[in-house]
Amino acid sequence: MDNTKRYERLRERYLNGGIDRRSFLGLIGAAGLAYGVQTPFARGALAATGEVRFDGWGGVVSEAFRKHAFDPYTEKTGITVVDGTFGGGDEYLSRVKASQPGEYNIAHLSGVFDYARYHNLGLSSTLNEDNIPNLKYVIPKLTDVFRKVTGGTLSCVPYDYGTTGLAYNRKHISDEEMKEKGANILLDARFKGKIAGWSDWRTRIWYASLQTGQDPNGATDMEAIWEALRTHRDLLLKYWNSGAELMSLLAEEEIYVTEAWSGRVFALQEQGHDIGYMDPPNGFGWQECLFVMKGSPMEACEELLNFMLAPETSIAVAEGQNYPPALDPTKVDLGKKIPTLPAFDPSGTLDGLTFADPAYWNGHEQEWSKLFGRIQKGY
Amino acid sequence: MTVEAREARQPYLLLSPAMVAVTLLLLVPLAFIVVYSFWLRTATGADQAGFFLDNWREALSDAFYRDILLNTLKIAGITTLVCAVMGYPAAYVIARSRGNKAVLLLLLMLPFWISYIIRTMSWINILGASGAINSALIWVGITDEPIQMLYNEASVVLGLVHFLLPFMILNIYVSLDGIDTTLEDAACSLGATRWRTFLEVTLPLSLPGLAAGGLLAFVLGAGTYITPIVLGGPTDAMFANLVFEAIITQLNWPLGSALSLMLLAVLGALVLLYNHFLGMGQLMKGLG
Repeated sequence: MDNTKRYERLRERYLNGGIDRRSFLGLIGAAGLAYGVQTPFARGALAATGEVRFDGWGGVVSEAFRKHAFDPYTEKTGITVVDGTFGGGDEYLSRVKASQPGEYNIAHLSGVFDYARYHNLGLSSTLNEDNIPNLKYVIPKLTDVFRKVTGGTLSCVPYDYGTTGLAYNRKHISDEEMKEKGANILLDARFKGKIAGWSDWRTRIWYASLQTGQDPNGATDMEAIWEALRTHRDLLLKYWNSGAELMSLLAEEEIYVTEAWSGRVFALQEQGHDIGYMDPPNGFGWQECLFVMKGSPMEACEELLNFMLAPETSIAVAEGQNYPPALDPTKVDLGKKIPTLPAFDPSGTLDGLTFADPAYWNGHEQEWSKLFGRIQKGY
Repeated sequence: MTVEAREARQPYLLLSPAMVAVTLLLLVPLAFIVVYSFWLRTATGADQAGFFLDNWREALSDAFYRDILLNTLKIAGITTLVCAVMGYPAAYVIARSRGNKAVLLLLLMLPFWISYIIRTMSWINILGASGAINSALIWVGITDEPIQMLYNEASVVLGLVHFLLPFMILNIYVSLDGIDTTLEDAACSLGATRWRTFLEVTLPLSLPGLAAGGLLAFVLGAGTYITPIVLGGPTDAMFANLVFEAIITQLNWPLGSALSLMLLAVLGALVLLYNHFLGMGQLMKGLG
């Protein structure tokens, strides 16, 4: 019997003279109190089973997730996926740190270094891989690096990969010039005021390493790197803060060259903009994962991850967000579009991409992020 | 209970919901921030509880923070000045208009109906390389290449003026509207020109409103971080951006807390100065 029916019966008894007015009002009051007391707990219990929160990068990426993964998943299972967005991993980590366990469930994290940071802050969970049979389709190399961080278990599943390469306006910069100059195009005074850069300290230091001829995962001359960052800053129109801003700056021709996320540039090319994209030698490769936070409803999350790793879902999402999926192309037929995406590796070994070494980057995070923040502001 | 006792208790009863809200939503979080400012951020990003003076030492002794704070006060000062110069005539026109005062006030309020971020971003479509002004200039033939008007200190000031001008106009308007116009008539009848009447009667009587608008514009301008992010160039950061960066990018909540308290202290000192010389009454009128 639902609450409405209970109320109607009680009201009928009162109107028929079965109970007096005081008892009627007393019962209504008691029912209201009981409902008020149990609601917060009931909401928590409901959230634990009927709802999963997912946070991602917004824009075309979130659209692809919503359309190709979350909506079909909700239709199939009845579990609602509440999707939020963030502008960057740092901002999101701050939000998670301020939250209660279970408030945030799954995040689309970038890079193994982020996975390690979340783990070090005690935010990782342990996935039951038996509940994620589609994990067998994933490129093993992508899974292995995560296992190393969390002692053999997984708190995430790899989902896609891409690069942060160089995007340039072909009206002003030729493909030949890009090949010749590589990362140093960002220091070319000829384009002063038409150069941009991501405000992310890792990307900035990675590219400064390339510009100074150093290993991006093991720079030794940091003074040269800070100097390259200052040179770049003085030529810059602005540091961009989100994928949407990156696309707007390129599309509106506010800038001619910047480093950029491969999938976003592909989206611009699809829209008809004459924007070129190039990964310089040792360009910044990264992989993204779907990370499950400690305190989340694990079975519902694992079910969602398995659904998202199913080849048909994963391929549809990849085609929507323009980043190659983590699926092994030697095991799964990835269709026609994915092999044309930037950064795609048909061998499934990913040997052509250079990924960030989490120990190196996280070991210097505190010092370098602060120093870059100062250089960024003119120091 | 006697009638006197009941009447004495009444103001406290009426004020208690507001006082509870202020305590829970302002004072308690502020107390948390004070406590946080004495903690430390460890290498992994976790916080180490305790009583450490490191953040305060860094915030108070590092020239980097001092310079950005001075730059922030400079930008807020310029913004306030521009708002005052632009806002006074507008407030004067509204206060002295006869039939359409309500319409003019409604127009003044209109920008508040649109999100502050959207209003700030709209400048990109106006001043950007392919924005309205550059497109018009190129079309007319005045220039071949777009003129760089965005992402500098001037565009930050412009964005802040756009945001803060209504606050300034409202405060001056309230002050002007309260002036007894027979005083101006008396000055004129005694032989003063309209300009002299304005300088010696109207302007001095409206100064509390100007000061209240100035204080609001300055405090809100100095605390902003969205405008420099959207309209500023690489070196146009303001102090609130440092707080944001310490807390969000560097995950250094203790240092971010110390920095935010530092900004609060500077702006709080300004408010106290204002209160000492002019009292808060005028500010409340303007806000009301």
